Amino acid sequence: MDNSIPLKKVRAEIAKCMKCGNCMAVCPIYKATKAEAGVARGKIQLAAALLEGRLPFTHGVEERLMTCLTCKACSANCPCGVKADEIILAARAAVAGKLGLPLIKTAAFSALKRPLLFDWGLKLGSRFQGIFLKDNGQGNRSPRFPIGLDSKRVLPVLAGVTFRDAFVPVSLANPRLKVAFFTGCVTNYIYTEVGKAAVEVLRANNIEVIVPEEQHCCGAPVRIHGDVATAEEMARSHVDSFAKLQVDAIITVCGTCGETFQHSYPELLVNDRVYGPKAGKIAGITHDISEFLVNVVKINSAALSGVNLKVTYHDPCHLVRGMGVSREPREILRAIPGVSLTELKNPARCCGGAGSFSLTHYGLSMDIHRHKADDIRASGAEVVVTGCGSCRMQLEDGLRQHGTPRKVMHTVEVLAQAYAGQKAGDVPA
Amino acid sequence: MLNREFITRLEVITGPENVTTTPEDLLTYSYDATADMPSQLPDVVVSPRSTREVREIIKLAGKHRIPVYPRGSGTNLSGGTIPVKKGIVLSLLRMDQILEIDADNLTATVQPGVIIQDLNTAVAPYGLIYPPDPGTVATATMGGSVSECSGGLRGLKYGVTKHYVMGLEVVLANGEVVRLGGKTVKNVTAYDLVKLFTGAEGTLGIITEITVKLIPAPEFKKSMLAVFKNLVDAGNTVSAIVKNKVIPATLEIMDNMTIRTVENFVKIGLPTDSEAILLIEVDGIKGVVLKEAETVLRVVRANNGEIKVAETDAERDKLWAGRRAALPALAQLSPTTVLEDATVPRSKITEMLVAIQAIAAKYSLRIGTFGHAGDGNLHPTIVTDERNHEEMARVHQAVDEIFAVALQLGGTLSGEHGIGIAKLKYLGQELGETGLNLLRRVKEALDPDYLLNPGKMVPVKGE
Repeated sequence: MDNSIPLKKVRAEIAKCMKCGNCMAVCPIYKATKAEAGVARGKIQLAAALLEGRLPFTHGVEERLMTCLTCKACSANCPCGVKADEIILAARAAVAGKLGLPLIKTAAFSALKRPLLFDWGLKLGSRFQGIFLKDNGQGNRSPRFPIGLDSKRVLPVLAGVTFRDAFVPVSLANPRLKVAFFTGCVTNYIYTEVGKAAVEVLRANNIEVIVPEEQHCCGAPVRIHGDVATAEEMARSHVDSFAKLQVDAIITVCGTCGETFQHSYPELLVNDRVYGPKAGKIAGITHDISEFLVNVVKINSAALSGVNLKVTYHDPCHLVRGMGVSREPREILRAIPGVSLTELKNPARCCGGAGSFSLTHYGLSMDIHRHKADDIRASGAEVVVTGCGSCRMQLEDGLRQHGTPRKVMHTVEVLAQAYAGQKAGDVPA
Repeated sequence: MLNREFITRLEVITGPENVTTTPEDLLTYSYDATADMPSQLPDVVVSPRSTREVREIIKLAGKHRIPVYPRGSGTNLSGGTIPVKKGIVLSLLRMDQILEIDADNLTATVQPGVIIQDLNTAVAPYGLIYPPDPGTVATATMGGSVSECSGGLRGLKYGVTKHYVMGLEVVLANGEVVRLGGKTVKNVTAYDLVKLFTGAEGTLGIITEITVKLIPAPEFKKSMLAVFKNLVDAGNTVSAIVKNKVIPATLEIMDNMTIRTVENFVKIGLPTDSEAILLIEVDGIKGVVLKEAETVLRVVRANNGEIKVAETDAERDKLWAGRRAALPALAQLSPTTVLEDATVPRSKITEMLVAIQAIAAKYSLRIGTFGHAGDGNLHPTIVTDERNHEEMARVHQAVDEIFAVALQLGGTLSGEHGIGIAKLKYLGQELGETGLNLLRRVKEALDPDYLLNPGKMVPVKGE
């Protein structure tokens, strides 16, 4: 196969870049490293050089292309509308095609595409995590001894029972709508309470929820690392399992998963005559939970009881710039009596987590997080609300590392509390 | 290629983490924001953190006669940071501290790597501003903008970078450090060497510290949009506003091609059938601003223009969003955007606009013109494709002619982008042989071996 094919597809996009450097104003990596190869302009020029054969495919190029959060801030700020993130992903795919994926990633991704093996591995992990990770007494864990993770790092606990295993389907007599819930890995294996909250809120609105068993990782981590072939395989698998369902909507609780359903699947399968149209169909009915509740369900705020919380909201990159959802979570929070929302100065700046980026570039990831931690501290909020499990992991760890430990919740968890009629911090109605 | 020993010596000066010679990194320092320029990989990129380190690097480079190219964010539009003769790119981005804000003397002292916007954010709590605002205010460094003497939208009333630079610390080509100027408003001690290094494009020394003047932020603003059916009326209005003793903070023009392109891009309701629009903002003390706005209204109407006043912040933001969209919108029309900044006396702005339209027709090119009409600084923007060699030849002829007309009208080659590589070949037309020789003598007095940013601003001997 011609390894530069992914780059050829973005040739016109590369030509659109006028090298003005406006991306430097918003790139979290560049702000931390001050190196031209850190910012989109530099990476686009690297992609151009690869495409034109002026630069060989090296591990050096690979490392520079990998040093990107895919936060899309560059694309959103580009005066010429260059989709820099797509160029970077195309370059990663070209490099992966030429150099292959690093061994550890090959192993991880082949597990991701074998859902049963992945599922078994993580369940096993939940049983044995205590051997490697010590409970820090605050509902999180830290490594007991060096296992390739920074020993200061605070990790969430893997759930003893996964969300999908615990889920009990309930059919409603006369449901208003019927939806399929795509849980995503973080909700299934770690923050199972987010999945439960989503189901409770949907049911409170007389919406029937099914959780298709044939679901696994959405494939974003694989695609983001340039393994397009595996990403396509995973896309087809989800198209198979979701396109056949008779549902009104597919609900996600993570910006990355939702963006993958909405945008990546149709793009990955655009040349596939069978799967392409089906991918388009499921993309059209995919909604982030908060966007669905505000725009489709139009939740009635009169049904909400008080939740006494001082919160701020962090916009996950892929939710705000990938799915265009930023107004809706705030509307939900403002609709709940007792919730006081203080905006961050820069709510849509990347938290530095970016999925596995925080594993591969922990130091840089924490440098980037410093801005978020400072912003959150200044807001005076007790709870940070967000709409992505990966951000939540980063926030929980990063805020503690920067001396600002805060509780982190998903928007739908706060809403579920309001529906449940106060569990914590009641406000008399 | 520099030998390993030289690189090791650089690493000893700054620490190895601040020196890079890997091809992947070098490639990202081979260009800047200028279109239609050659690119060249440097041999090494080094990022000093102190004046002492800069000094050591310059001494080492001088000893081995290796060229040095100071670089900030690389957002200039003259090819000013491209390392055309290989050697050392000296990235000053990691010297990024605001050293002092002196509210008593209305000054700020910064290292060269501070971003202009960051300085403005830091002085805002004092009710102060640093007025120079090039389009790259959110990305460009202070060192870069002082070296390029950048301008911006507020030049007419507030002047340009050189009017705000009060003091400099400079590392000279021989490695000596000199401090020039200071915090005093008045200073006639010796030649005005602060001005000499300001706008020198890094060809005379490396700026390592800058003291700038700050001014109180204006308390009130009024933005207006004037629409004209006729280009000449728009040009005349520009002169007439100033003749009527109103100096707007900004007085911007867009021609028909720019208006249509911007409207198509951002859809904010610009009149696409008009020949030109002016965006006018007056600022200052409220009573004065309201009076000035009335004068502007009267002058626009007297010159057959229709005028709209932005009544709310949202309306004001919309007007300026349209102006900010001018370059990106034009840039989206085709892959290559050649942006010039020929500048004429304000009274000649109409003639210049008409001449540019004639040149566009003559060479069958698409040229959108917008810019800072109030200070005579226009940005004729040619949208083209550098892969189309036949069209590029016409572009180059058109650019030659634009400069010739600007000079005929008593103007200058560059209002704010600088000479760099891009305008080097036109320099003789404005300065003459005597002027060029003077330039060379200044250069050779300070940098006899042409090691500081060679190939820019001053033609190298024999080239």
